[in-house]
Amino acid sequence: MASRRFSSMLSRSFMSSPSLFPLRGKNTNVNRGAHRYSNHAASIENTITPPVKVEHTQLLINGKFVDAASGKTFPTLDPRTGEVIAQVAEGDVEDVNRAVLAARKAFDEGPWPRMTAYERSKILLRFADLVDKHNDEIAALETWDNGKPFEQSAKVEVPMLARVFRYYAGWADKIHGLTVPGDGSHHVQTLHEPIGVAGQIIPWNFPLLMLSWKLGPALACGNTVVLKTAEQTPLSALLVGRLLHEAGLPEGVVNIVSGFGSTAGAAIASHMDIDKVAFTGSTEVGKIILQLASKSNLKAVTLELGGKSPFIVCEDADVDQAVELAHFALFFNQGQCCCAGSRTFVHERVYDEFVEKAKARAIKRAVGDPFKSGIEQGPQVDSEQFKKILKYIKHGVENGATLQAGGDRLGSKGYYIQPTVFSDVKDDMLIATDEIFGPVQTILKFKDLDEVIARANNSRYGLASGVFTQNLDTANRLMRALRVGSVWINCFDVLDATIPFGGYKMSGIGREKGIYSLNNYLQVKAVVTAIKNPAWL
Amino acid sequence: MKNGKCNGGATAELPEIKFTKLFINGQFLDAASGKTFETIDPRNGEVIAKIAAGDKEDVDLAVNAARHAFDHGPWPRMTGFERARIINKYTDLIEQNIEELAALDAVDGGKLFQMGKIGDIPAAAGHFRYYAGAADKIHGETLRMTRPSLFGYTLKEPIGVVGHIIPWNFPSIMFAMKVAPALAAGCTMVVKPAEQTPLSALFYAHLSKEAGFPDGVINVVTGFGSTAGAAIASHMDIDKVSFTGSTDVGRKIMQAAATSNLKKVSLELGGKSPLLIFDDADVNKAAELALLGCFYNKGEICVASSRVFIQEGIYDKVVEKMLEKAKEWTVGDPFDSSSRQGPQVDKKQYEKVLSYIEHGKNEGATLLTGGNTIGDKGYYIEPTIFADVTEDMKIYKEEIFGPVMSLMKFKTIEEGIKCANNTKYGLAAGIVSQNIDVINTVSRSIKAGVIWVNCYFAFDLDSPYGGYKMSGNCRESGMDALDSYLQVKSIAMPLHNSPWM
Repeated sequence: MASRRFSSMLSRSFMSSPSLFPLRGKNTNVNRGAHRYSNHAASIENTITPPVKVEHTQLLINGKFVDAASGKTFPTLDPRTGEVIAQVAEGDVEDVNRAVLAARKAFDEGPWPRMTAYERSKILLRFADLVDKHNDEIAALETWDNGKPFEQSAKVEVPMLARVFRYYAGWADKIHGLTVPGDGSHHVQTLHEPIGVAGQIIPWNFPLLMLSWKLGPALACGNTVVLKTAEQTPLSALLVGRLLHEAGLPEGVVNIVSGFGSTAGAAIASHMDIDKVAFTGSTEVGKIILQLASKSNLKAVTLELGGKSPFIVCEDADVDQAVELAHFALFFNQGQCCCAGSRTFVHERVYDEFVEKAKARAIKRAVGDPFKSGIEQGPQVDSEQFKKILKYIKHGVENGATLQAGGDRLGSKGYYIQPTVFSDVKDDMLIATDEIFGPVQTILKFKDLDEVIARANNSRYGLASGVFTQNLDTANRLMRALRVGSVWINCFDVLDATIPFGGYKMSGIGREKGIYSLNNYLQVKAVVTAIKNPAWL
Repeated sequence: MKNGKCNGGATAELPEIKFTKLFINGQFLDAASGKTFETIDPRNGEVIAKIAAGDKEDVDLAVNAARHAFDHGPWPRMTGFERARIINKYTDLIEQNIEELAALDAVDGGKLFQMGKIGDIPAAAGHFRYYAGAADKIHGETLRMTRPSLFGYTLKEPIGVVGHIIPWNFPSIMFAMKVAPALAAGCTMVVKPAEQTPLSALFYAHLSKEAGFPDGVINVVTGFGSTAGAAIASHMDIDKVSFTGSTDVGRKIMQAAATSNLKKVSLELGGKSPLLIFDDADVNKAAELALLGCFYNKGEICVASSRVFIQEGIYDKVVEKMLEKAKEWTVGDPFDSSSRQGPQVDKKQYEKVLSYIEHGKNEGATLLTGGNTIGDKGYYIEPTIFADVTEDMKIYKEEIFGPVMSLMKFKTIEEGIKCANNTKYGLAAGIVSQNIDVINTVSRSIKAGVIWVNCYFAFDLDSPYGGYKMSGNCRESGMDALDSYLQVKSIAMPLHNSPWM
């Protein structure tokens, strides 16, 4: 089954909960027509009460929950209804300054970078244990604030949060510099030192995973952090922040400032006492971050930005498996993935069958209240995204693509959108060039490898790609020819803690996860000592 | 007694001995022969327990279990992270049983109980936690092939079934140092602890079951070197043997591997490690390091600084300070927290150490302090220091493995280096000096695997450790140790139309 080929983490969870991604046999009799959506429509109209209380709404600065200096708050909304979940402290420049001061002190004078790496690793491991213990509570907050299926939060994403921390806990005491040969009588060493105070600005689509990708390596290397969550999803990070301190993290090491990009985010990017900024989000905002860093203190910048990733179904593909995988590649997380396989290139030999089956699969997708069991797709995160996606769907229709499925909102409240499939998409249509960030699959036809390589690479983005083939030569050729940071062959969204992730071109700068992410949080210092009478050089 | 006060010889409560049988395929079993051997309390020579005496047939059974666990079982097929979760759980269990494990090593090996609690057992746990963190960080490489149209990469595969033969001087740390990286790599194993100290290894075996290792991954066969040990070294179905012990036995292990299936061999052997104290050294610190380096763990440590070279300008001062400090080096019951030195591990070692002391005297070295036994029972020996030792004496050349220090004087840096290297061993060395040029020159010049500058026994989880010359052929600890338990497989295939090479 194709869905078993997803990352080990994902597949393990899915196998224990097949309803999350219904496995589809070759002879599955698929219900057709929009009426299929109504199976879960009741859950859209009758909202399920989330099994969790919001305990933390203030900023987390220097180990304490505090109000914003201005006293201001902003509402965070339930995407199932548009109603207010909670009022959250709205951090701004002054709060960022306070957080940076705390982080600076924790770095310049505090115990965190000075304790042994083994001690740091034990604190990170204790935190992972606490995450396990609070798994469902954290997952419920994540789903409430974001709209993603609870089963996905509870069985995949929160466990992956713990997983990423365990991974980087294991790195803490294995961060090695080199001793280096010199050209003369010199003893040369490189010291890999923590970079200092890191500013980290994370998006709303995977609030906790993005937090783990950023905090894990930063903390393992001995840095301190000011983290700004997305204004759409501030809640889960605050709970997790509390757990970090319960695990023994010294005060000031992780500070969490909720707020908006144009205020708190900009304050971080342009701060003179932040040594490094890491941002995940849109390419447009990424450009602003890079500009602010260049105008302020030239802080080091890593960016994980947008994508328009090709998913290439070759002529030898098993169509049923390809359909299932391509469906997952695009629709996972309501299509709100920077690496979504949003350009589905299908070889002409299997194109018609593929389109027919992709349509059927989309229609069958279980959309509804994300707290309901068996739901594959919840609402989009907010009204802005919701409207943007509907606008792109309109573009698709107007530009002459064939609307195979979906095309409209679902239900009468909240931000639910029907799983939407376009075929006969041309490369220059807006839906084929822009990142839609929603449940809209665009299917394009191709004839041969040279052509699909050229078309796949003809994008300003270069984040990820999927390749579906049994042919070794095809796979080997595509993996090298695609100008993207990730190539998934007969799988997709394999985002293990160990595997580096990041973009070519305008999809970003740098790599996160794996050993590669450590470099983002280390300075390399070369130490050269003159030596006398060396026994060897 | 001339030096080394002996404290009262407290008779502490013996820990309860719960495990005395072989641990094979997840079960405690009697030896096939039904035979047992006695493990002795070195404080008094009395029997602690009778332990199953594993022999060839038991090793065969254990190898079968390990082979099955490797060839068909889940262990090498799990993800590195899944292995890490089990190893971490194991670590937690070890930490919950520190007191009992320390007591077992103290009663079995005569090791200081306090040191076990704060040193040996936490360090053993540390090895497991360190390698749990390493299990998902074993990277092969994709290659830059030099021939046109080729694509290549390497896979680092677990080597298979490993035989570990461990010594009695650090039963817990040696167990962890060998077992932990092998587990992280995905290997299965047969561990043979020393016949002097089988108790803690069996306790670790019990905890491994509780931690959830699949059956057959860790097997422990207690017994003797000439029987169980030899069966491991010459077994046709063991892929790799790792041994820590004497150079003489190391040689036999390598021969057995050579005459059987050419299994990979890693050896951590003896040493006669130099400590060089230069004229600019802090006298107090130098004296303290010399004593610690030579007498720690009753001198039963392969890296002991058993040859102390002192530059002539500071020689008298350091010797005077050392003799003063030696008086405070209390020998006594290892369960007494005021003891710095317990009894030698067994009668054989005790007698061997005493015979070296006699050699020292007969060959003309000057006995500055010690030289006698302590008390009328058990295997206690005074910390012993010989001066005027020359390079032709037995006590200069041979590993004594007891609390016996040889002192020598040297003039220049060059002479110090030459003396330090004047040995068939090359395990460790210490340098005491504040001069950066001296430190850099000497550290590169000494042919030894570990150099400790202004410190001694600076072992670390992340720091590889092993010998030059006849001190061995591998490295343990740190990420380097993983290589001992991995095969490198290179994979190459044709590549067509690649846009870059």
